[in-house]
Amino acid sequence: METKDKVLMTSPEKCTGCRLCELVCAVKHHGASNPSRSRIRVMKWEMDGVYIPMACQQCQDAPCMGVCPANAIFRNDELNKIEVDYDKCIGCRSCVAVCPFGAMGFNSIDRQVFKCDLCDGEPQCVRFCEVQALEYVDADDVAVLKKQTAAKKLHATSHKVALKSA
Amino acid sequence: MALDRKIAYINLTTGDVTVKPIPLDIRKKFIGGRGLDAYLLLNHSKKGCDPLGPANPLIVSGGILTATCASATARTHIMAKSPLTGLLGSANMGGFFAPEMAWAGFHHLVIKGKAKKPVYLFIKNGSIEIRDAGNIWGKTTTDTQWAIQEELNDKEIKSLVIGPAGENLVTFANVMTGIKNAGGRTGMGAVMGSKNLKAIACRGTMDIKIAHPVEALEYNKRFIDQITSAKVNKTQGTLGTPMIWGATNSWGGVRTRNFQYNQCEYADDIEPENLDEICNDTIGPYHMAGCFGCQVHCRAQYRIPSGPFAGRYDEGPEYTSQGAFGGEPDTPRAETVLAGNHLVDQYGMDNLEVGSLISWAMELYEEGIITNKDTDGLDLNFGNDEALLEMVERICYRKGKVANALADGGIPASKIFGKNSFDYLIQVKGMSNLHSDERATPGLALNIATASRGSDHLRSRPAIDLYHLPEKVLHKIYGNPVSYKGKLSSEHTEYVGKAWQVFWQENCYMGVDCLGICKYHTTFLGATLPNFEDWPKVLYYNTGIEFTPEELWDIAERCNMIERLFNLREGLTRDDLEKGDMLNHRYFDEPCRRGAPDVVGMKIDKKKFIKMIDEFYEHKGLDKKGHPKPETLKRLKLENEPSHLL
Repeated sequence: METKDKVLMTSPEKCTGCRLCELVCAVKHHGASNPSRSRIRVMKWEMDGVYIPMACQQCQDAPCMGVCPANAIFRNDELNKIEVDYDKCIGCRSCVAVCPFGAMGFNSIDRQVFKCDLCDGEPQCVRFCEVQALEYVDADDVAVLKKQTAAKKLHATSHKVALKSA
Repeated sequence: MALDRKIAYINLTTGDVTVKPIPLDIRKKFIGGRGLDAYLLLNHSKKGCDPLGPANPLIVSGGILTATCASATARTHIMAKSPLTGLLGSANMGGFFAPEMAWAGFHHLVIKGKAKKPVYLFIKNGSIEIRDAGNIWGKTTTDTQWAIQEELNDKEIKSLVIGPAGENLVTFANVMTGIKNAGGRTGMGAVMGSKNLKAIACRGTMDIKIAHPVEALEYNKRFIDQITSAKVNKTQGTLGTPMIWGATNSWGGVRTRNFQYNQCEYADDIEPENLDEICNDTIGPYHMAGCFGCQVHCRAQYRIPSGPFAGRYDEGPEYTSQGAFGGEPDTPRAETVLAGNHLVDQYGMDNLEVGSLISWAMELYEEGIITNKDTDGLDLNFGNDEALLEMVERICYRKGKVANALADGGIPASKIFGKNSFDYLIQVKGMSNLHSDERATPGLALNIATASRGSDHLRSRPAIDLYHLPEKVLHKIYGNPVSYKGKLSSEHTEYVGKAWQVFWQENCYMGVDCLGICKYHTTFLGATLPNFEDWPKVLYYNTGIEFTPEELWDIAERCNMIERLFNLREGLTRDDLEKGDMLNHRYFDEPCRRGAPDVVGMKIDKKKFIKMIDEFYEHKGLDKKGHPKPETLKRLKLENEPSHLL
């Protein structure tokens, strides 16, 4: 059986800054184009050409869950994600304040907090990200994939060093 | 809904702002974007108005699909009467501005009057504020954008700005957004400058409801797959537009030494692969960036590797900069191209016009028509990199006789330089041609001669003509959505059928410009990309309006005719070298000296060319003089223009 223990992995260096992820996220969840409703946002340092997609990390020890006075935030073990129970949520935005990634948003149109729900296992941001700056991968493999990228860089550097000393 | 985005009329003299909805029947006639802008320009300007006077309306827009769930809906369009040509002024740019303006509630702005002192507009969620720009006047294009973000304490603000060139009323000053997205042509930056308008800043968090979101999302995926699967777009996403320059130069389609040669020799340094290597070295392996919602990501990022501007960050260079600062002046060195590109981005000037005019001046210098006395001692010989970059700065700040004359545009400058300087000027309707050489490609020559904003490759160029597609394939593309029974030829050197191809492309590009999507997402460089047949679905899923491909074709034709009506009102004629659908004599008299066997020795046959114009006029429903026939205006429902409905 396919494992549901998957995580959203971002590789910021690959991001082209196009913000298609923001568009499809808002359309998927609200039927509207509006980045302020997107669960994922691309932060930019334009004069350096640096673009970094920011989304919920579905933390193991989630600060939002800890701070919630209404116990409205819980872990969905099946999809390994953090969810908001809107029947319990009182809209105090404590979770927004405490999230270290800014991943919990507050939407001024519906007056509700909102966060990434991994599109119930089929994240649209990943589906539309052709450059694969966003990937939905097995939690077990995250580190391996990162290791491969880092090793590639190391390899290139050591190769250069070897060439220099030769 | 996209359809509830508004139009705002802003009078900078009085400070009055009026906001109106855009009625559905207007949408059905002109859709939005460039098409509706053309309607607004014709209706809000008076014959003969001074392009740099307060009465010239400056119109800014996004397309009907801007920021909706369709691919690459990033384009901003800007229109006014051009101070460069005295005819239609129109420019289109990517980036993130138009989507932000749409989220702020607007699709179209009509800006009239002139502010007493420098101002900028701040548009946020339906409200429009005119703010003092005293502190940002004089700043470069990027510094202006960051200063506005800082002043309003919001990093998400997107601005459309002018640089020093626009303030100094350089007639080909552009408007910029982001690092390098430029509404380059026809001097729209000078129009902004003439109104004391430094910038338009937008910030929006308003929903654009998608009519059928599930279908829109799925169709968008299909659309994107179609777009990214085209090989040309894959290459664009790796090398950017420089790949076009590389290909056309090796073939012999690149103006060099103004118009003396059609190929730049010893140009390895500015070949796309080498520029890519510089991006790789200075930024890293992932150095391509995209405009809003676009998966083609054709914008390269770089730092200038060496020289006086070493370390400066910029984006591009597009192939236009390779031509302007490499091929035309015969300075094919990466450092020069990257620096030239950076300077025009910062000053806010059209790279094509700058490069072409300097190269023209270099030829005049070579011919002794302008001398050291005119240039204040600057050695304006071809191949002089330093002089080239010095001239870029001089033009922006109007320093010295030659640069100050060039800053007014080619035709006015030719009157100052005198003698036969005009004969050397490679322009149509007062606007310099791109660095490309069309002598071996009659279809492309017809395109630049008849383009509504002057010599230009983005209004009607049948670029796929160079691919030698089988006639059957050509008929499939060019026979839709209206049938075409005439002949089409796979040969780019032929004259037959090219008039229809140019007419078809003119409508196709007007289509994307009305929708607000990028030309790389239609039949421009890729023969398999979406056009009229595919657009109705995107429109329906996103906006809920139903169109047939034939209706969209009619709308595009109508909008092109509106542009022609404007040009005719302002003095367009058929044969005039300054204001007509006519090419410089050199296209007919001087054969190509370099290039592949199908290029070398080629020139345009004037008789056949004139016949091609006749055919083109016929397709458009114009008489021999280029004026619309009464039945054409009736068919396009334009008999009552200007109708002042909006």
